[in-house]
Amino acid sequence: MTTGEGTIRLRPPRNAPDRRAVGWWRVQWLLLTAAPVAVLGVLGGLIAPARFWLLTPAAVIAGIGLLCAVLFPLWWFRTHRWEVTDEAVYVSTGVLLREWRIAPMSRIQTVDTVRGPLEQLFGLATVTVTTASAKGAVEIEGLTHEAAAELAERLTRITQDTPGDAT
Amino acid sequence: MSTAAGSGPGWRRLHPRTVLVTALVTAGVAVGAAVPVTVALSGPLGYAAAVGWALTGAALLIGCAAAGDYVRWRRTRYRAGAERVDLHTGLLLVKRRSLARERIRSVDLTARPLLRILGLVTVRIGTGENTGGDSTLTLDPVARAEGERLRRDLLDRVVPGSAAAHRDGELATLDPRWIRYAPVSFAAPLLGGAAAGGVMQISDWVGAQDEVIRWIADRFQGTPLVWTIAVLAAAALAAGVIGALGLWIEMWWNYRLEREPGGTLRVRRGLFTSRSLSVEERRLRGVDLVEPLGVRLAGAARVDAITTGLTKDEERSADHNTLLPAVPRALADAIAAEVLREPAAPTGAPLTAHPRAARGRRLRRALAVALAPVLVQVLLGVLLTPVLLWTALGCAVVLLPLAVALALDAYRSLGHTLSGGYLVTRSGSVRRSTAALQRSGVIGWTVKQSLFQRRAGLLSVTATTAAGGGAYTAHDTDASEGLAFAADAVPGLLEPFLERG
Repeated sequence: MTTGEGTIRLRPPRNAPDRRAVGWWRVQWLLLTAAPVAVLGVLGGLIAPARFWLLTPAAVIAGIGLLCAVLFPLWWFRTHRWEVTDEAVYVSTGVLLREWRIAPMSRIQTVDTVRGPLEQLFGLATVTVTTASAKGAVEIEGLTHEAAAELAERLTRITQDTPGDAT
Repeated sequence: MSTAAGSGPGWRRLHPRTVLVTALVTAGVAVGAAVPVTVALSGPLGYAAAVGWALTGAALLIGCAAAGDYVRWRRTRYRAGAERVDLHTGLLLVKRRSLARERIRSVDLTARPLLRILGLVTVRIGTGENTGGDSTLTLDPVARAEGERLRRDLLDRVVPGSAAAHRDGELATLDPRWIRYAPVSFAAPLLGGAAAGGVMQISDWVGAQDEVIRWIADRFQGTPLVWTIAVLAAAALAAGVIGALGLWIEMWWNYRLEREPGGTLRVRRGLFTSRSLSVEERRLRGVDLVEPLGVRLAGAARVDAITTGLTKDEERSADHNTLLPAVPRALADAIAAEVLREPAAPTGAPLTAHPRAARGRRLRRALAVALAPVLVQVLLGVLLTPVLLWTALGCAVVLLPLAVALALDAYRSLGHTLSGGYLVTRSGSVRRSTAALQRSGVIGWTVKQSLFQRRAGLLSVTATTAAGGGAYTAHDTDASEGLAFAADAVPGLLEPFLERG
């Protein structure tokens, strides 16, 4: 295991998020875009003299937001991956800033399943795995309710069987 | 046991002198508040009436505070039992806090000057929990002997197999010559600025600010503006240096670093406020050799402990986990080795340098930061007034070489390696930090790669840990080499997720 014998890469984790995650991410982008656009639009409607200076940025933000809403979910769907082995949880995320997180089973402290209102709508859930580090939390997004429940149950079982005080 | 909370055997009370402490502290506050109030009231009411009102108010304030603290004292009980340490307190609803003894990781004794005169200490008992707010228990105050007893009792555990090669007892004591590193710390310019600000603030309070400014203006009549600024800055800096020396003496007087039987490291220091920090060695995950720029140029370094179980605000205050003040670099390494029970300090190990692409990234980033104000001034100068073009030139002449120097230095500082049981990462220029983290203390990995890093073949590898800052990063390593480093550091964890070839 010395360096210099060819390149070493992180392989992508094996499992993809559910297809519905694309829709969920898209709605998140749209809501994120809609808030400032609506504010600027209403102000632009009310304040006639400044209309140009309010509606132009609104249009620009709306354009960028729509573009992001179309592109990013597709990219994310291709790059977000997760995997749980008997030894570790492994997650990769991000397009422009790629990120791979690995948490060993023996160090996992809590397993949380969260279903936000939007996620409910799409039948999705997020499983968050935390370790004793303030910076080591691993999130698995875009799971179906059943898959999330099953995964959380499996993680809890494995971590209970693994000895150690997790620090 | 809601009302009879903690009346059984083993329950103790805080020291009754706490009421006196509160009364005295409140009296101090009252005096501080009464003086301006008296001055303000003496105009409309006359002097005698104003003093009367102020005294009544102060007496009321002190009485209320003392009564409140008396009730708190009456209602507070603690017990260091065989399995748990309990604290019951609270006026209307009883608040109970209970820590399992085996999870207690630190017992700190602090005594502010007033407490010290009265023979009292504040005891803070902490567990290894990093999350949640219920991880510390504070006894404020108890008698000094009682505090010492608690500290010994709670941390006294037999650690099997502790290496006999490393001595118990004293590891380091204060060498007065170390004070020469105090003026080069960042405290000096900060204190200087504070001193100048303080003079203006106080003169403003007594309504003499204009006079002070006029007095200074008179002194410098006929002197060119540049010299005036230089002399004033030098005066502020001199005040800052004196302040830094004073602060250093207050902080580090009576400094001793000891290893106590049972595997506990203990730091004692302080002139007026005496501080005692105890760290259980099995909680120690490594050391961080910190070299702020000025201290590094003087060839010195400070040693911080990387430990689990300090509470959040303790981690934030920089001096709380400091094991050794700024001392000559070689000595810092020697003490670090002694603390870690290693023959040689991992912080002194030769490091793997990072690829040249990392230097380019640092240069580009530094130039962007330095050029931003210059460009803004040029733009405004073209639009508004040519004066700004000259200031832009001045900024460029000063900032650009500085930015380049810092970037090159930051690149030279980058490094990582594995040394024995430790993973060592170094980074930073203004505050260079060489962290040696036990490989067994690594509880996960985060690998990050931005678009730019991918094109340059770099990535950043972060080891997460329960201790210290929670994460230690090797920035901008070569993509393959960084992953190999992480895979070697904790065998088996990263390996299944790597592709080779």
